[in-house]
Amino acid sequence: MFLIECPWCGERAETEFSYGGEGGITRPAEPDKLSDAEWANYLFMRTNPRGAHQELWNHAQGCRRWFGVERDTVTYHISRSYVLGDGVKD
Amino acid sequence: MQVNRLDKGGRIDRSKPLKFRFNGKSYEGYAGDTLASALLANNVSLINRSFKLHRPRGIIGSGAEEPNAILQIGKGAHTLPNRRATQVALQEGLVARSTKGWPGVRFDIGAINDVFSRLFSAGFYYKTFMFPQSLWNLYEDLIRGSAGFAKAPKKPDPDRYEHINAHCDILVAGAGPAGLMAALAAARSGARVILADEGTEAGGALLRSDEIIDGRPATNWVETIATEIRGYEDVTVLKNSTVFGYFAQNFLTITERTEGPIRQREWRVRARQVVLAQGAIERPLIFCNNDRPGVMLASAVSEYIRRYAVLPGKRAVVFTNNDAAYQAALDLHSAGATIAAIVDSRRTGAGDLGEQAKAAGIPVMPGHIVTNVSGRKRVTGVKIATWDGATEGMVDESIDIACDLVTMSGGYSPAVHLHSQSGAKNAWDDSLSCFVPGEAVQACESAGAGNGRWSLRDCLEDGARAGKVALAKAGFDMPDIAVPAASSQAVKPLEPLWRVPAAQDPDRCPKQFLDFQNDTSVADVRLAVREGYRNIEHVKRYTALGFGTDQGKLGNINGMAVLAEALGMSIPEVGTTTFRPPYTPVSFGVCAGESVGELYDPVRKTAVHEWHESSGAEFENVGQWHRPWYFPLPGEDLDAAVARECLATRKSLGILDASTLGKIDVQGPDAVTFLERIYTHNVGKMQNGRCAYGIMLGEDGMVMDDGVMARLGDNRFYLTTTTGGAAAVLGWLESWLQTEWPELEVYLTSITDQYSTIAVAGPNSRRLLHKLSCSVDLGNENFPFMSVHDAELAGIPVQLFRVSFSGELAFEVNVDSNHALPLWQTLMDAGEEFDITPYGTETMHVLRAEKGFVIVGQDTDGSVTPIDLNMNWMLSKEKDYLGKRSLSRPDCLRTDRKQLVGLLSEDNTTVIPEGAQLIEDLSAPEPVPMLGHVSSSYMSACLGHPIALGLVAGGWNRKDEVVYAWAAGCEPIRARIVSPVFYDPRNERQND
Amino acid sequence: MKYSALNLVRNAFSHNRNWKEAWRSPEPKKEYDVIIVGGGGHGLATAYYLAREHNVGNIAVLEKGWIGGGNTGRNTTIVRSNYLWTEASLLYEKSMQLWEGLSQDLNYNVMFSQRGVYNLGHTLQDMRDIERRVNANRLNGIDAEVVTAKQIKKDIPLINTSPDARYPILGASLQPRAGVARHDAVAWGFARAADQLGVDIIEQCEVTGVNRNGSTVTGVETTRGTIKAKKVGVVVAGNASVVASMAGLRLPIESHPLQAYVSEPLKPVLDTVVMSNAVHGYVSQSDKGELVIGAGIDAYNGYGQRGSFSTIEHAMQAILELFPMFSRVRMLRMWGGIVDVCPDACPIISKTPVDGLYFNCGWGTGGFKATPGSGWVFAHTIAEDRPHELNQPFNLQRFETGALIDEHGAAAVAH
Repeated sequence: MFLIECPWCGERAETEFSYGGEGGITRPAEPDKLSDAEWANYLFMRTNPRGAHQELWNHAQGCRRWFGVERDTVTYHISRSYVLGDGVKD
Repeated sequence: MQVNRLDKGGRIDRSKPLKFRFNGKSYEGYAGDTLASALLANNVSLINRSFKLHRPRGIIGSGAEEPNAILQIGKGAHTLPNRRATQVALQEGLVARSTKGWPGVRFDIGAINDVFSRLFSAGFYYKTFMFPQSLWNLYEDLIRGSAGFAKAPKKPDPDRYEHINAHCDILVAGAGPAGLMAALAAARSGARVILADEGTEAGGALLRSDEIIDGRPATNWVETIATEIRGYEDVTVLKNSTVFGYFAQNFLTITERTEGPIRQREWRVRARQVVLAQGAIERPLIFCNNDRPGVMLASAVSEYIRRYAVLPGKRAVVFTNNDAAYQAALDLHSAGATIAAIVDSRRTGAGDLGEQAKAAGIPVMPGHIVTNVSGRKRVTGVKIATWDGATEGMVDESIDIACDLVTMSGGYSPAVHLHSQSGAKNAWDDSLSCFVPGEAVQACESAGAGNGRWSLRDCLEDGARAGKVALAKAGFDMPDIAVPAASSQAVKPLEPLWRVPAAQDPDRCPKQFLDFQNDTSVADVRLAVREGYRNIEHVKRYTALGFGTDQGKLGNINGMAVLAEALGMSIPEVGTTTFRPPYTPVSFGVCAGESVGELYDPVRKTAVHEWHESSGAEFENVGQWHRPWYFPLPGEDLDAAVARECLATRKSLGILDASTLGKIDVQGPDAVTFLERIYTHNVGKMQNGRCAYGIMLGEDGMVMDDGVMARLGDNRFYLTTTTGGAAAVLGWLESWLQTEWPELEVYLTSITDQYSTIAVAGPNSRRLLHKLSCSVDLGNENFPFMSVHDAELAGIPVQLFRVSFSGELAFEVNVDSNHALPLWQTLMDAGEEFDITPYGTETMHVLRAEKGFVIVGQDTDGSVTPIDLNMNWMLSKEKDYLGKRSLSRPDCLRTDRKQLVGLLSEDNTTVIPEGAQLIEDLSAPEPVPMLGHVSSSYMSACLGHPIALGLVAGGWNRKDEVVYAWAAGCEPIRARIVSPVFYDPRNERQND
Repeated sequence: MKYSALNLVRNAFSHNRNWKEAWRSPEPKKEYDVIIVGGGGHGLATAYYLAREHNVGNIAVLEKGWIGGGNTGRNTTIVRSNYLWTEASLLYEKSMQLWEGLSQDLNYNVMFSQRGVYNLGHTLQDMRDIERRVNANRLNGIDAEVVTAKQIKKDIPLINTSPDARYPILGASLQPRAGVARHDAVAWGFARAADQLGVDIIEQCEVTGVNRNGSTVTGVETTRGTIKAKKVGVVVAGNASVVASMAGLRLPIESHPLQAYVSEPLKPVLDTVVMSNAVHGYVSQSDKGELVIGAGIDAYNGYGQRGSFSTIEHAMQAILELFPMFSRVRMLRMWGGIVDVCPDACPIISKTPVDGLYFNCGWGTGGFKATPGSGWVFAHTIAEDRPHELNQPFNLQRFETGALIDEHGAAAVAH
């Protein structure tokens, strides 16, 4: 059970949060113009890296805000958490 | 008669004799005893049988490393399975039994396995029991017949458990000399400290020691220090408490065995710094028949003598490859035992302790080894050979010595388990011949014997050092702390002896046990290697080495060394094993904590729940809610009650507690823009004060949730969700708003609990509200179907929705939950003249099915699009919305997709079972092609015949076709595909 | 040397000194016809069936660690085929049929024990889903029945069927032919049988790159050098996305921790397998007497082979909801695996855009039970360069066309 730093509330136990998967996936502006393959790429394909991972977390049992986290998927070490739109990618 | 009890000494309370029973016989011990020490005091040496070969076994150790004395403690619901006698505190009336051996531990039929032990070599079961295949069940029954140690309780646990969350600056694991020093330093500097130790009292190895600290007995020093530590306000000292897990970010778990109303407590500790001072575990020596009762670890022998005043044997042979065992010899000697010999594999003998032994007249045999043990149920003697320190082959065992106790020491292994659990590696130290903690990866320091420091002086120093380092890292000032004076003897180094040479080669000699509990011997490991299982993980799994309840604490290192020898590699090349939690076994109960029984998951109840209960409602679980399922009158079953509730509603008036629907308030200048993207229909076209049925899709185009939404103002909406989907929908909306469209100014508030919803349905619903002096005109003109008004009802402010999930003229009344129960009662009273009938979820389901309304999650699963539900009319072509793009993927456009249809049994009387599969051809061979399935099916009291909804491949083009509804155990039912709307297809009633 | 009771006796006389190695440890050759990346149960089974059913002569299995060390050795060993959709249930049923003769096929006792699996229902909707699934199973020729709470209590005396339970047990589906198997033995048995057919099993050989010439695979880079191959089949649970990225592919997979634990060995008290999706727990008792218990999937991506302790705590609570008397039983070991989860909870056993490169991945929590069947269809796919009809639906294209096979209901957590 790791600690996650909510940018608004500070460090809290993982059990207060819910996970939102890979970050940095932007919904296409005009889905109608995408091919099926492009749409599938947005919808289903994931980087799923071994190592640094940009991901979304929600402080579900706290302020209910979504934010970005950079976490290592092997060591689970969290290098930073950040307000969306404020970091590398959102 | 406690024949082995010494006249004086020990940390037992002789004024408190305690009676206990073992295997049906009565014995006596003292307060302060463990079950193991009490059994030894009574000269009970045969305690149990081994798992596979059913060899007689006695007590080897004195702590968590004990592999043999695994007992059943107590009876009935209070029984404790698989407890180590070495860690069970003796109590008055304690009842214990051996867990292996039938009919008994003295005479055990299973001992035949030992006779044929060569058949039961490592992995033998993979090579047999295969022919004929049909007999495997029989073979397996036999195997299972000999499975397990103790019996599980048969009754629910009468005791309680709890979890405590704690934070501290410094967590110290272990209250031996090093841990005490670290804790003392931390306590003095004002840090918040938790000191946890698995023993009944602080002191660790000092409790079996005659060492002097600061000029007084070590146990005195322990008492002084422990008392000082306990005196600090910010220090929590936990005895009987095992730190069993070390997880990411210095999160550690401790199980505390308490004596209060809570049986055990799990501490979940977030520590800024951790000091690991768990000491070291003595290793056995691996010689033939080293498992015979009466063969014990040297540390255990000292502990029984000095801490418990029990002399475990009268005539002992001490066998060692290091100096530590000499202490046991001295302890035995001073307690009155005869030491037949100290057999030291080192030709150099020992240091200071060796001199003391000689001075005491104890015969020492340097350059010798014990090769074999005689005696079956108790040691009767040993065979000894001279050894040059190098020969790995056969030796000549020419010396016989009679004895009733073999005290062995193969050196110590630091308890690096928690260090390893923290994610760090362990490193092999060649000079110490053991794994020591490698570089820490979390904020922790190892100290003392757990850090490879053997002498007391080193342990005290290292504990103080670790405490200071941890304090510095945690930002505390250095405390004023001096390391107390303690002796440090001149020691001759240990000489590794992982497998003791025998008179025959290691594959032929009598068994040399590595894992006592699982009967894994040197020959087994060598066999595994011969068969190609060379990786340590393969060897462990193939031979079961380390898979016993001692988790390999006793013999794993020897096992690795034997493997290394067989592979011609060094021990570190063979690899370290990774330790995982728990350090010692922990009860399910303490891990579960309070969240069992009715606290497993909180029940949600509506504000009207009491009324439902007192009216005899039957309930069903929907999500976390308890919802009324139906309201049976005396003598009514489900069908009768539902038929009555349906008819009453259709004919006059029904009332439903719909409070569990999810309710979300949406406000903000961008509310319309936001909801347009969420819902499939044109939200912007909704007039203020009007309602609409809405569905939302996942991005994969599948129906996710549905509900009624109302536009309360230009920038304000009220949404309802399904009962089970409420939390998920709110989360879904929030995630889009925050992560994808943060530029939209919209505010979402869950009001599910704040407002209760009462639905009144039926032709008399308007009259009922009218009767309660409804403050708004309920006529069609002012209040048409699918509209909303604020109103007052019987003087209570409410929000009135004219919506219908039954197809009847109906209103949903939203009311502050505090007023819900009185309002419900008022409605019931006023409705009496209309024969108002409360109905539950079952009737709700029937009424909606008659109208062909789907229930998301019942009539849909994760594979149904709105097109499949014939909801094309709800899919806006003018805008994008979540999931829209997915609907145009080729597979979603197929015309043979499963589509929502109605189904009527041809005989007009048979209710098709829900879950029935629909097939065309009864004679088709398996796998039989399935067209779809029946998702909802009821007897419709109003229509007088059964109805069903289902999903059928290409269903809309199959109107009036007849298919078979197939359900296991039923005759196939001929069913006609029809429109899913069975009742009032022109919606005249709801618009009335 | 054939494994038999007779040979066991014969070898006992020679102090077990004449047993041969179960599989060789050869040096990798320069080139193979087929390289299977991944020495877990699926990879070894694929190699075995390639050699046995398709007469491919020159095969290597490359394993970065020790065979069977991934999910094969880290699961709760449940084998069943009672899936909802026809596509999935026929695939798993093929596997079931292979399981039923596997010990004899391999001449290695994998201890496949058909002691039945109960999938419990706790709500009316659970029961509707169970009825639906059982009916579908029966029409697909798979044994399945719906049992009442009363029957469950009779079969499993310790289970808590009280109507006062927080989530009372209303009934269950039962697949009598389902059961458990000895996980390590599956890897070792396939390895030994494949080795006897000439397959090179190469441990401590990590694939670091996938070589291709244009859109055709030519071999792999490994920690033990370049190895050429005409075809490469990748079956690396817990690493699929990583190896895919070496070949320039993206997969619809997320890898998550999945944990399990066992109790200390107890005398037999539970003679079958009990699974509950609603309370997120599943339990059986091994032939050694340990209760083997599976926990839920941790929500986050993770390759660490460990999850959060709170997930274990939840699993304890779930088991005590079903078996309150296990409260005083103790957990002995816990561990974690890595499950590769697809959006539709179904695997991918497919050709890829790269000629000669095949992927078998995304089994989520369903991998162990599929081991022989997965290997069988994957061998066919590689040998014939086209899927068998059983794995045709499990292609990569389905994520574009939308032809997903949603097994969340059957798969969810409980496997």
